[in-house]
Amino acid sequence: MLSRVADCLYWIGRYIERVENTARLLEVNLQLMLDFDSNDEGAETNWQAVLQTTLCVKSFYEEHQTANNQTVTDFLTFNRQNHTSIISSIHAARENARMIRDQITEEMWEAINELYHFVRESNAEAVWHDDVYTFFRRIKGYVYRMQGLTHSTYVRKEGYKFMQIGQFLERADQTTRILDLKTYLPLPETQSVGGVADGAGWVAVLKSSSALDAYLHVYPADVQGSQVAEFLILSPDFPRSLRFCLRQIDQHLRALSGTGEGFFSNPVEKAVGRLRAEVAYTTREEIDEEGLHHFVDRVQRTLNEINNEIFETYFALPAFDLEKEIARFLPETRPMQSQSQTQGTQSQKQG
Amino acid sequence: MDFTRYSVDQFFDEMFAGGDEPRAHYRRLFEALKNLSEEEYQAKQKAVDHAFLRQGITFTVYHDQEGTERIFPFDLIPRIIPAREWAYLEEGLIQRVTALNLFLEDLYHDQKILKDGIIPRHVVDSAEHFRPEMKGVKVPQGIYVHICGSDLIRGADGGWYVLEDNARCPSGVSYMLENRQAIKRAFPRFFPRAGVAPVANYGDELLKVLRHIAPNNNPDPTVVILTPGPYNSAYFEHCFLARQMGIEIVEGRDLIVQDDRVYMRTTRGLQRVHVIYRRLNDDFLDPCVFRRDSMLGVPGIMRAYQAGNVALANAVGTGACDDKVMYYYVPRMIKYYLDQDPILPNVETYLAGEAKDRQYILDNLDKLVVKSANEAGGYGMLMGPKATKEEIEEFRLKIIDNPRNFVAQPMISLSRVPTWSKEHGVAGRHVDLRPFILYGDKPRIVPGGLTRVALRPGSMVVNSSQGGGSKDTWVLREDDAPAEEGSAAPSQSI
Repeated sequence: MLSRVADCLYWIGRYIERVENTARLLEVNLQLMLDFDSNDEGAETNWQAVLQTTLCVKSFYEEHQTANNQTVTDFLTFNRQNHTSIISSIHAARENARMIRDQITEEMWEAINELYHFVRESNAEAVWHDDVYTFFRRIKGYVYRMQGLTHSTYVRKEGYKFMQIGQFLERADQTTRILDLKTYLPLPETQSVGGVADGAGWVAVLKSSSALDAYLHVYPADVQGSQVAEFLILSPDFPRSLRFCLRQIDQHLRALSGTGEGFFSNPVEKAVGRLRAEVAYTTREEIDEEGLHHFVDRVQRTLNEINNEIFETYFALPAFDLEKEIARFLPETRPMQSQSQTQGTQSQKQG
Repeated sequence: MDFTRYSVDQFFDEMFAGGDEPRAHYRRLFEALKNLSEEEYQAKQKAVDHAFLRQGITFTVYHDQEGTERIFPFDLIPRIIPAREWAYLEEGLIQRVTALNLFLEDLYHDQKILKDGIIPRHVVDSAEHFRPEMKGVKVPQGIYVHICGSDLIRGADGGWYVLEDNARCPSGVSYMLENRQAIKRAFPRFFPRAGVAPVANYGDELLKVLRHIAPNNNPDPTVVILTPGPYNSAYFEHCFLARQMGIEIVEGRDLIVQDDRVYMRTTRGLQRVHVIYRRLNDDFLDPCVFRRDSMLGVPGIMRAYQAGNVALANAVGTGACDDKVMYYYVPRMIKYYLDQDPILPNVETYLAGEAKDRQYILDNLDKLVVKSANEAGGYGMLMGPKATKEEIEEFRLKIIDNPRNFVAQPMISLSRVPTWSKEHGVAGRHVDLRPFILYGDKPRIVPGGLTRVALRPGSMVVNSSQGGGSKDTWVLREDDAPAEEGSAAPSQSI
């Protein structure tokens, strides 16, 4: 498979997953905000926590005075200048898909394309006027369709693996970030850790990860911070837990190179295998001891490194110097007057 | 649908011979359309437009920031060509592409046609797309033009003419195939009874051609499509064809030349490439040989090509036949190489490079269509009868300044086909036809082509960049049922 194509597939996996996560995060928090009075200052700080999670507090306040239901929805959904917005992610996924249309199935392409046209024809005002929850449900529906169609129509070759790696890396990143949401959620002064508002915050974290039902199944009627963290980080079976995601990434990576379990053949496999093992041998107590925020922060930095290693290992085309290339074939020619241009691979930034 | 106010005016109409009597091969469709309410028709049209958008069947519009992709407007009323007429076109086109190939081989080797004085040497020497680098290069199987899109028109007399040949990277075939899909969906009950020859095997035929030219008769070559990238207006088509053939689509940066062989960069290292269907013009193909600043091409690819280690379709240098001055000489090529009279005539053409013709052109600018020798897409044209005085004077200066670069033709009234529009209902709109000729072990044409239609009333410009649309082209498997003969006016004396 062409390196460029693999790169596109990886990013389609990431962007599509990101769309769904952002849609869910917004949907859940819009619900959560209903518990606040409209003039409650808590609403603003809660939205700030959401913006913090999506890493765009600064850019938000460059455009908006206050964070409320509508401004945040608009910024995280429809704002094209915001690279982490839903529409930006959809656009990026579609551009990647368009570039390699010949490499994915028609069903996958149409699902992305329809999502693109659906969002493109919408705007925050109309969505709020009609039914904001239906809107986010539909977005999620398109994403599930895309992921489901990938599952049922795409051959299980390299391309599929790159998409899965992208999807699970993004998911690992999102799950840990949502977990971190609680770090930024302020507690009302009259409340304390373990109080009612604290519990509501952790429920929101679980819902934001589509994990509430799965969690309650394990810990009936007992929503507690460190238990939630344990579930979202260490659960071996929950498909959005960090541990689960790392296992997927590790397996798909090794399948690409044909490397056995417990071995590595390149730096990215080494980095993923190491993190996978570390998480597998971590306990709730150790996370509590280190501090959740600190733990999450460390994991996120490693995930970023893994992203970069994947790029170096599989996608990076060697730096290309046109003049040098020409000189390789025509050693007698003198360089043109203009400076030689270098063309690195286009870097597709992660949000 | 309401055809009662339909008028063929003074034009040749593909559906009606005159009055309200349809030609024999259109009768069934006409009856079917007549029984369709306007609402039903509109609903079908809307569904097709929506499907095109959903599937992303679009072309890219340059210099247009938002909505850079547009649907190529598609009109549901097909253009129908009866079997015997198609047989005639097919014969004429195959004759033409055969002569063009012989010409190119001669041009890049012995140049007998120049030595014998059939074509003046200065015409070739000044041809913008003649590539001296190709002199003496042996191309696989001796084929230069593997894919040719010749534009045909029909004049007021009903006769067919070749308007131009596109022997470099003709585009539009994906629309031919997608239009057929769309029309089948729109008329699922009518279509199966219409007796239309299928076009869906184009991708297979193209792949056969590409495999046929593999270097050293390699039985299992790696074939790829080379695209300028997603920002090219025809990118949709490049992907479409790659999918149809199940081959990789590559950009220049995916390829690298080592030891005069071409490789692509994959996740598992370099992989050899044998045949390239390139949709990139010569100019951008190899910065070592052509444009030094081109980032789209592959440094060194010409060396690999010249060494016979990679095959390119079309060959480098075929643009020499796209030159509208060279077009003038195609009937002579046919006579010279095949000793035959041309089956399909050219449009009468005057060369501004020839003193006598030039005088005629300059004296009759208000009656002629003047074209630049190497512009495509409807650019660089003067439509004399519709031009303002200023435009005419501007062209006069251009012609005097660079006569080699201009040819002139009488204004041809392109034939019309009923076409639907919201504002005017069913009305006649001008069309042309681009069939796609493939040349592998022998020339073949999938029965059909891209019918382009000028959607603006009165306009004869069919290019998509100039407000054109397209129609499905139906080539009938056999001429219409005998029972229906007699009442019909003969469609055309061929």
